[in-house]
Amino acid sequence: MKMFFAATLAVAATVACAGGAQAQSGTLAQIKSKGSVTCGVGPGLAGFGIPDAQGNWSGLDVDLCRSIAAAIFNDPSKVKFVPLSSKDRFTALQSGEVDLLSRNTTWTLSRDTSLGLNFAGVNYYDGQGFMVRKKLGVDSALKLAGASVCTQQGTTTELNLADYFRANKMKYEVVAFGTSDETIKAYESGRCDAFTTDSSGLYAERLKLQVPTDHIVLPEIISKEPLGPVVRHGDDQWFDIVKWSFNAQLNAEELGITKANVDEMLKSENPEIKRFVGTEGKFGEALGLTNDWAYRIVKLVGNYGESFERNVGAGSQLKIARGLNALWTKGGLQYAPPIR
Amino acid sequence: MTDATLENAPYSFVRKDTLPQEAPPLSVAGPLAWIRTNLFSSPLSSILTLIGIYLVIDTVPDMIRFYLIDAVWTGSNRDACLADKVGRPVGACWAYVADRVQYFIYGSYSVSERWRVNIVFAMFALGVVWLLWNRAPLKKVGVFFFFVILPASAFILLLGGDRAEGFLRFLILATFALAVVYLVLSFKPSLIKFWIGEGQLGVEEAMPPWQRFYRPKRLILIAMVVFGLLAVLDEKVGLPRVDTGLWGGVMVTLLISAVGIVFSLPLGVLLALGRRSRLPAIQLLSVIFIEFVRGVPLITVLFMANTMLPLFVPQEWSPDRLLRPLIGVAVFAAAYMAEVVRGGLQAIPKGQYEGAMSLGLGYWQMMRLIILPQALRIVIPGIVNTFIGLFKDTTLVAIVGIFDFLRTIEATLVDPTWATPTTRGTGYAFAAIFYFLCCWGMSRYSVAVEKRLAAGQKR
Amino acid sequence: MASTPSDAREPGRASLLYDPKIRGYFYQIALLAIVGFLIWSAASNAIENLRAQKIASGFGFWHNPAGFDVNQKLIPFSASSGSTYGQAFLVGLLNTLLVAALGIVFATVLGFLVGVGRLSHNWVVAKLATIYVEVIRNLPLLLQLFFWYNAVLKPLPDARNSIHLPGSIYLNNRGIILPSPQFGPAFEVVVIAFLIAVAAAIAFFIWARGQQAKTGRQYHNGWISLALVLGVPLVVFFLVGQPLSFDYPQQGRFNLTGGMQIFPEFVALLVGLSTYTAAFIAEVVRAGILAVSKGQTEAANALGLRSGPTLKLVVIPQAMRVIIPPLTSQYLNLTKNSSLAVAIGYPDLVQVFTGTVLNQTGQAVEVVAITMAVYLTISLVTSFFMNIYNKRMALVER
Repeated sequence: MKMFFAATLAVAATVACAGGAQAQSGTLAQIKSKGSVTCGVGPGLAGFGIPDAQGNWSGLDVDLCRSIAAAIFNDPSKVKFVPLSSKDRFTALQSGEVDLLSRNTTWTLSRDTSLGLNFAGVNYYDGQGFMVRKKLGVDSALKLAGASVCTQQGTTTELNLADYFRANKMKYEVVAFGTSDETIKAYESGRCDAFTTDSSGLYAERLKLQVPTDHIVLPEIISKEPLGPVVRHGDDQWFDIVKWSFNAQLNAEELGITKANVDEMLKSENPEIKRFVGTEGKFGEALGLTNDWAYRIVKLVGNYGESFERNVGAGSQLKIARGLNALWTKGGLQYAPPIR
Repeated sequence: MTDATLENAPYSFVRKDTLPQEAPPLSVAGPLAWIRTNLFSSPLSSILTLIGIYLVIDTVPDMIRFYLIDAVWTGSNRDACLADKVGRPVGACWAYVADRVQYFIYGSYSVSERWRVNIVFAMFALGVVWLLWNRAPLKKVGVFFFFVILPASAFILLLGGDRAEGFLRFLILATFALAVVYLVLSFKPSLIKFWIGEGQLGVEEAMPPWQRFYRPKRLILIAMVVFGLLAVLDEKVGLPRVDTGLWGGVMVTLLISAVGIVFSLPLGVLLALGRRSRLPAIQLLSVIFIEFVRGVPLITVLFMANTMLPLFVPQEWSPDRLLRPLIGVAVFAAAYMAEVVRGGLQAIPKGQYEGAMSLGLGYWQMMRLIILPQALRIVIPGIVNTFIGLFKDTTLVAIVGIFDFLRTIEATLVDPTWATPTTRGTGYAFAAIFYFLCCWGMSRYSVAVEKRLAAGQKR
Repeated sequence: MASTPSDAREPGRASLLYDPKIRGYFYQIALLAIVGFLIWSAASNAIENLRAQKIASGFGFWHNPAGFDVNQKLIPFSASSGSTYGQAFLVGLLNTLLVAALGIVFATVLGFLVGVGRLSHNWVVAKLATIYVEVIRNLPLLLQLFFWYNAVLKPLPDARNSIHLPGSIYLNNRGIILPSPQFGPAFEVVVIAFLIAVAAAIAFFIWARGQQAKTGRQYHNGWISLALVLGVPLVVFFLVGQPLSFDYPQQGRFNLTGGMQIFPEFVALLVGLSTYTAAFIAEVVRAGILAVSKGQTEAANALGLRSGPTLKLVVIPQAMRVIIPPLTSQYLNLTKNSSLAVAIGYPDLVQVFTGTVLNQTGQAVEVVAITMAVYLTISLVTSFFMNIYNKRMALVER
């Protein structure tokens, strides 16, 4: 009997511990009391979010999480990464399990409304593409009539695929799998003629194939896939912090502030740069952070261009060209509102 | 019955004269006779024998060649297992398993902290042997160790960090408090007369003080030793937090199975008692719960735990991603366990209940002292079989994104470092051997227990 | 506790606290209150969370267009014709029922063969059956499904090098492609003829039974019924001018087009489920046969029945009574296990509905609840019929 009593006490105590830790309101306050940002990332997509053998995460989406941690804690390592499959990601965000989602998530109207989410920007302009075997001799997605296509279920990919073949009046067979691993395995084993996902994902998944050079990515981009960080409805301050952490990365690149020169920039006379690094104005405090928030981001993580090159661009295995993701000044779409 | 005799039976049914005698059989002993009766007793039997032999000849040598003779045992990447690189036919690529075995066991658990997992493995093995080995001493202490000490220490060791430390501190405090209580009781047993019967109190009072309440004190002592060691470990070495997202492999498979058994057994006993209760509301709730859970597939229970559980609790209590399938599996196993235990309760003759009641025992005393010890012993094979099912079903947690053993193997199959045509076959074979040895071992154990119990029943 | 043998108070004078009836009420009310509170707090939390997260609730999504495609469907379903989530649910449900129904048939046949095989006097057969049962039962079904999916897929050639079997059947890693039958309008006559033949066969069967009871004369029931059931429709089929044509598969750019396709996911799942469940059914059958006492077999032998008729007339009818209840629960297990389809991409209820639809709509509570309700209904209906059957069987017992 007494043992039961003790056990009950123990259970009650753990529950109380678990519950008592986060009684404040507001995501930022919670994060500060927890001591880390909880960031939902992909289960492993090279270039965007993948852990190495020691469990250290890296990637473009991961850098965004780190920059938020840098802005809040001045320490980019204060991020807890929660790998989420595409099926779990929204419930995880909605339930408060993660503070934000930064994992190749497409911004759509229905996600904004019926799922109760807010997209804080677009950190990668993507589009859905197809990968096929070279030996099939297909050079255009329009020649895929009658093909069977492997895709991952629960994604916009599945819907775009249906739309594309419907619009072009082509027949096809869809084979949908629960995880990207199963999908790419089925494609490799010959179950499907084509593999479809966001084209950035195609490059990353291709690295998993036995002989990546046997496969080509078709030129057609069949959809708009603006991928970006997501937060849930109801906390505008947190939404602003995520939004501006990303905008700071972009602005830094535009202003020519890099990890290497950011300390010199502290002495800059350029008013835009002064506002950026926090030597003028109180923009950080308006966000609920410190005024050197943007400086911390660049100092500890780098600007958007650096992050891009390091993770998916020329400095990585993926070697994806900037394309749409170049700054607007260089013919791309990345355009951040000014800090002022 | 009408009187059916040979006389009035219909003619076509009954033969009237004897058949001619047949020649004696050729031989009834020796290997030839054995072959005749066991392999070629009839044309159909002969055909089946030949088909069977053909099947064996067709598959077994190929498998031996693939998995043993042509297999590659060492190497550091896929070049070792590619036929055109090695220049000979290549079978199973065991080098891949050897290279990844750490990942299969620990998942992504921090390398420097894996010794903690090993300690838990050792404690688990100790607990299992203690409970399952028939002649192991101090069985009750073993039960306490397995169901209380082991889960608590595993939680502290595996998770680490602040929360584990807080929990450990609480446990030590609680243990000390209990120790003090019992120390006081040793000298003044009468303080507790509201809790135990007079008879039992008399027994305790007859002992010298240091031997009073010997049993609970034994449990407190072992708890103090284990938690004290953990505290020393935490103090000297430090137990940094390892997030559950990094856990994987055999460790998670065993964790889920262990949590399943540790929680489902008590829960199942309660549900079984509830289902046989004479109180209609309790019975109804138990029946609804049991039939509901048994009527749906485990996957949907896991989906429910994964997607709906977080909705059912206040947001800030949102359970950990690993905790959710654990809850799902425990609930699922409890319903099945309840049915097994119910079978045992039903098998206890009514006289046992009546005897217990005539001794004046209350419901819980009757169950604890008379009925459950007998009922649970009868259903040990059933419990083990349920547990085998549970162990196999742990693979399903992969579908909700937990990296159990099978999922870690799946995950390495898309790794280009070891992408060869035989990698998949090797990985699956390794998984098959692991699961087969575990499940088969358990089922052998259950058969042995069954035999031992049957021997006890024989007169 | 209160009730010790020395308790000599008169009944009725004991404190109300110790009245078992009162205690019973107290326990029940306490439990109901706890459960009620848990349900209430879960529901109110869920409502609050859903509101806070701005997730739509209710079943309005049922009639929204689904916008995705499914490869295997028994009813028309496509994104281009604006099929709804409700139809997606039906597609998944029918696929689940299809694989479960076929799986039950195959598992039963295989299970009975193996179960009898384990008890066979033939040493090789008995050993092979034992090995089969031990290996299959001790491996997780998920692993076996992975194995079958890859064993089915891997060795087959790609679509351009299909294996061509007689009768325009093609085999490749996209599955089996068969000519699909196209029924002419007169085909209904053939179906009617078939039904009449079945009725006639049953009537003959009953008549033959009666005759056997009366005169002892045995008819070749099986053969005559078979001739009736197959022969009559066949004759009618030719009489009305063969109202059946086939759509033959043609080699297309990627795959064969036309005909009908049996998908490898389906084959893998069917084979996996059947072989897995068969091992359990084999054990059920073996236990059932062993439960028939040896005296029955010996008595049958003494009457001069050979082993075939002994099994058919004496052992199996008695064994069935033991076999049927656990057999049903194996059927239910198979149905529930078909939800593992999600791991190999077969579009069953869980894959289509709890997978894709849940993700497109985000309405976890509704979708998971519907899915559970479906499986629960299947289970409850089955156990309802099982209980009726058990009662009928019990009457036969003496």
